[in-house]
Amino acid sequence: MATEMLTIDNLNKTFAVPSGDVVALHNIGLKVKKGEFITIIGPSGCGKSTLLKIVAGLDTGYSGTVLLNGKEIEGPSIEKGFIFQEPRLFPWMTVEGNIAANLSLKNPEVRKKVDELIELVRLKGFEKSYPRELSGGMAQRVSIARALLRNPDVLLLDEPFGALDAFTRSHLQEVLLDIWQTNKTTMLFVTHDLDEAVFLGERVVIMNPRPGHIRNILPIDLPFPRKRTGSAFQELRRLVLNEFEKVEEPLFEIGAGI
Amino acid sequence: MSEQAVGTNKGHDRDWLSRIPKGIHGWLVPLAIVAVWEAAAALDLISAATLPAPSIIIGQFFSLIASGELFEHLGISAYRAGLGFLLGAAAGLLLGLSTGLGKLAERTLDPSLQMLRTIPLLSLIPLFILWFGVGEFSKILMIGLGAFFPVYVNTFLGIRNVDSKLIEVSRIFQYSRWQLLGKMIIPAALPNILLGLRLSLGVAWLVLVVAEMMGTSAGVGYMIQDARAYSQTDKVFVGISIFAIVGKLSDSAVRLLEKRWLRWRDTFKG
Repeated sequence: MATEMLTIDNLNKTFAVPSGDVVALHNIGLKVKKGEFITIIGPSGCGKSTLLKIVAGLDTGYSGTVLLNGKEIEGPSIEKGFIFQEPRLFPWMTVEGNIAANLSLKNPEVRKKVDELIELVRLKGFEKSYPRELSGGMAQRVSIARALLRNPDVLLLDEPFGALDAFTRSHLQEVLLDIWQTNKTTMLFVTHDLDEAVFLGERVVIMNPRPGHIRNILPIDLPFPRKRTGSAFQELRRLVLNEFEKVEEPLFEIGAGI
Repeated sequence: MSEQAVGTNKGHDRDWLSRIPKGIHGWLVPLAIVAVWEAAAALDLISAATLPAPSIIIGQFFSLIASGELFEHLGISAYRAGLGFLLGAAAGLLLGLSTGLGKLAERTLDPSLQMLRTIPLLSLIPLFILWFGVGEFSKILMIGLGAFFPVYVNTFLGIRNVDSKLIEVSRIFQYSRWQLLGKMIIPAALPNILLGLRLSLGVAWLVLVVAEMMGTSAGVGYMIQDARAYSQTDKVFVGISIFAIVGKLSDSAVRLLEKRWLRWRDTFKG
């Protein structure tokens, strides 16, 4: 209990739309330990991104408890690193400028850490490139390095590899695991990709829509590095998939009022 | 460079343009016009009082330089345009930043400024003369007012075009107010701000000429007006050419800044 870094309890979120209120999140409860890698999977509209934005402090107006290190979330901050689906780099800054962002590269400490991170995300030689010269995968690595420079307590990733091709994606998954094992950063990783969820997560949180709620939380007891082709991996993948198939029918019952 | 190689290898009549260095391409049409013009003047096809030959205009140009008259006029003109432009552009930048950044400033200031903007500037000349006379103050104020609006409008536009997704990133990184302004909003709005400056320089020149034609005893505009009174068409042409040259130079200066500061842009280059 004491090692919990993130505690979410009885979290509810409602959006107001012209035709009335839509429940986006219903009674979410989740405890995340320090250094844990959690993946959150669910179909679109299940509120997984909303959940992440609430933890980031980017979305307010919820009810319930969200505690990071025992403290209520008060707006966005560097403790909660956020990787968006698109890299969101500053186009007028070079790669190293983007990583440093509002910190000065003239500060030797920042300079040293930036160089280390460029090494870590495998971007050596591209320090002086502008975002327009980078591929999608490279740009996303810059945004990961940018978040890591701030030593976040938790890294929140909102489908970060969703827009990338399969090769780049699996490469970046390995880069991310590498970072996680080196830095012991707590990860909250939202995805709609079954393989990705099972490949990365120590626990997979399965969410379902209307209203967005947690269907189940499955531990993935496989050692890293995992093999996608292994039978144990495939078995767990099927377990997760089963969770979705179970809930297809009652969808309309709950969402009928919308 | 590769085009040149192609040109020397096989093209002769179709690719004649590629044999001429690229930097000269823009000069081809003006040079052709000047050549025809000079020839027409030499053949007495046009009267020297209406359209003096280029050689005569160039001669006048050098004699005006030699007598020091040209630089005297140019100096005072540059002073007026420069000071007016600086004042107007600085005010435009400051007010554009405030209305762009603050909802309160936008609601209170912008409607009035937009109303003032629709008044044709030149219609204010009589009022300015009544209030401030025909002295330097009223001229510089006119130029400043003309230079103000392009910078104001474009600064505002540039700020409102900043990607809110990037602002979200700056919130996560806990940018201070100054960092938000200096490292986020101004760089993002810079393309628009520089465009505003370029447009504003053009307006500053335009208003300068009008201001210098309304009662003064120095300046390139006065020189033109004075030459007209004495039917010195060649001198009028020298004055017009000076405006063209200085206008082009100042525009190129801002474009150079664009090239340097907006290297990061990923836009269609034609």
